[in-house]
Amino acid sequence: MVSAKPTLTGEIDAKPSQGKTSVLKALRNNKVAYVSFWFLVLIHIAVFLGPVVWRVNPEELQAAGSLAGWSLQHPFGTDDLSRDVFARMLHGGRVTLIVGLAAMLFSLLIGTVVGACAGFFGKVVESILMRITEAMMAIPTFFFILVALTVLGTSPTMVIVVIALAGWMEIARVVYGETLKWKEYEFVEAANASGATPFRILTKYIIPQIVPSIIVAGTLTIAAAILTESAISYLGLGIQAPTATWGNMLQNSQQYIWTAPVLGILPGVAITIVVLAYNFLGDGLRDALDPKFVKK
Amino acid sequence: MLRFLVNRLGQSMILLLIVTIITFFLINLAPGGPSSTMRMDATAEERQAMVENLGLDQPVLVRYVDWITNAVQGDLGVSFNTSEPVTQRILERLPYTIELTVFTIIISVLLGIFLGVLSAIKRGKAQDHVINFFSVIGLSVPAFWLGLMLILLFSINLGWLPSSGVGSRGGEFNLWGYVSHLILPVLILTTTVLPNIVRFTRSSMLEVISQNYIRTARAKGAKESIVLYVHALRNSLIPIITIIGMLIPRLLSGAVITEAIFGWTGIGTLIIEAARGRDYPLVMGVTVVITVVVVVCNLLVDILYSRVDPRVKNV
Repeated sequence: MVSAKPTLTGEIDAKPSQGKTSVLKALRNNKVAYVSFWFLVLIHIAVFLGPVVWRVNPEELQAAGSLAGWSLQHPFGTDDLSRDVFARMLHGGRVTLIVGLAAMLFSLLIGTVVGACAGFFGKVVESILMRITEAMMAIPTFFFILVALTVLGTSPTMVIVVIALAGWMEIARVVYGETLKWKEYEFVEAANASGATPFRILTKYIIPQIVPSIIVAGTLTIAAAILTESAISYLGLGIQAPTATWGNMLQNSQQYIWTAPVLGILPGVAITIVVLAYNFLGDGLRDALDPKFVKK
Repeated sequence: MLRFLVNRLGQSMILLLIVTIITFFLINLAPGGPSSTMRMDATAEERQAMVENLGLDQPVLVRYVDWITNAVQGDLGVSFNTSEPVTQRILERLPYTIELTVFTIIISVLLGIFLGVLSAIKRGKAQDHVINFFSVIGLSVPAFWLGLMLILLFSINLGWLPSSGVGSRGGEFNLWGYVSHLILPVLILTTTVLPNIVRFTRSSMLEVISQNYIRTARAKGAKESIVLYVHALRNSLIPIITIIGMLIPRLLSGAVITEAIFGWTGIGTLIIEAARGRDYPLVMGVTVVITVVVVVCNLLVDILYSRVDPRVKNV
């Protein structure tokens, strides 16, 4: 087992130092991505802490009646079933963002394991894993999401699992490519020569180098997962009422678009801005971390 | 070429087989599977009839073998809810989806290549930033919500375009009636794939522009427009063929949502009806037919690619 990091002679052998600090620093040079980052922090604080301050029950019927306009008691009015829209936006946002985050983490886990194993072990493992990845990319996964949710039910956990199972392929490809690149480096060879197990080499030497790429892929995966969740909710096959999500709040809004336009506009705007922010953040991180784009 | 073809055909067959196996077993072994569609107040005879009708007294493996044997011959079973053959229901709906996707592909490829090349040529300038900005927005707006907003604007507010349906078919051909029903759905479906084509064309073009032979062309004094449109574009178009192949699954997924918004009677609304009504033979049939369509498209793209780019032979 290697206990110390391999410090052989020369610069090439030194482990390139990339990590959290350089990710945050890189972000500061890109204004759009930087603003997106802090906007997302704010939104997450709002939906997670908001319900503590705004104590209206999102599932309770309000005295103001249905489709009421805005007022002090109900800043965004009430919906078709007399529920407080502001409370539903906060609670719905919480569910939507948790689904996005959880699906991303699960996708990340599958993608990283598949990509790293395929890249590191090569041969049969590589053929099998990468063929599966390519096959998954070549089929319209949305149909399978619909089929799976129809037969397996639409609990939040199931929605997360199904979205994650349909969205790990891009991450696997990124991790695969990076693993191929990093396993040729001498510090990895040194670790190999000193008898480190494949598991240790992957987790201690290779994967830490890929973290920036994984963060980029993860950020873009959250955006995609939120969009998928809202789409299946719109079709009525996602998380079911009375639990609010931004997606299922839009489901019935089509009929009230004239009497209460906020019902249709508000959740849509919320989804768009959050997804936009995640995409800007992901793009900004990629440009900042990709050596091809580094300004000389 | 022949070896390449046989190879790819074999891979496609295996993929199809795996997809049918996974879908069939998922549907038949899950707790919410076919037997759960039985009414609660059904009599013992009715139960027995249903079990025998669907072959539910047989092991799943036997049922799968039966299903695949029939499927290969074009018989995908009978729909639970309408008792019509699944194949017939799908064939009725498929042309509408093909119509929608073909128009979308034509528009998004032409527009996407144009914008992508423009963005690459004007790299770092205002045009590039504007195109980039709208690409990210296009990737971020939920298609169904954008559809709702467009219906609100063009159908309800301005009253220019119909909000749903495919228009009257079969009667006298009315060009405006036909086109007006297509505009919004094609627009929405285009936004789901256009940003990818733009971004891909841009990076492909930038890659080619940085190559030596482009420098040579410039050095020998060729006009900039000739360098860009004759020398660079031709080679950067090759990878774009692949991205079009990769976008077909995305396009069909997007078609489900688009068809749902506009009540477009294609295969997308069919699978939603089937899923909501728990019409399992139909769900199974649509999934398989869509996978076949995608696999065939990918195969065509691969063949096209190997013909266009002589560097690709037996991959």
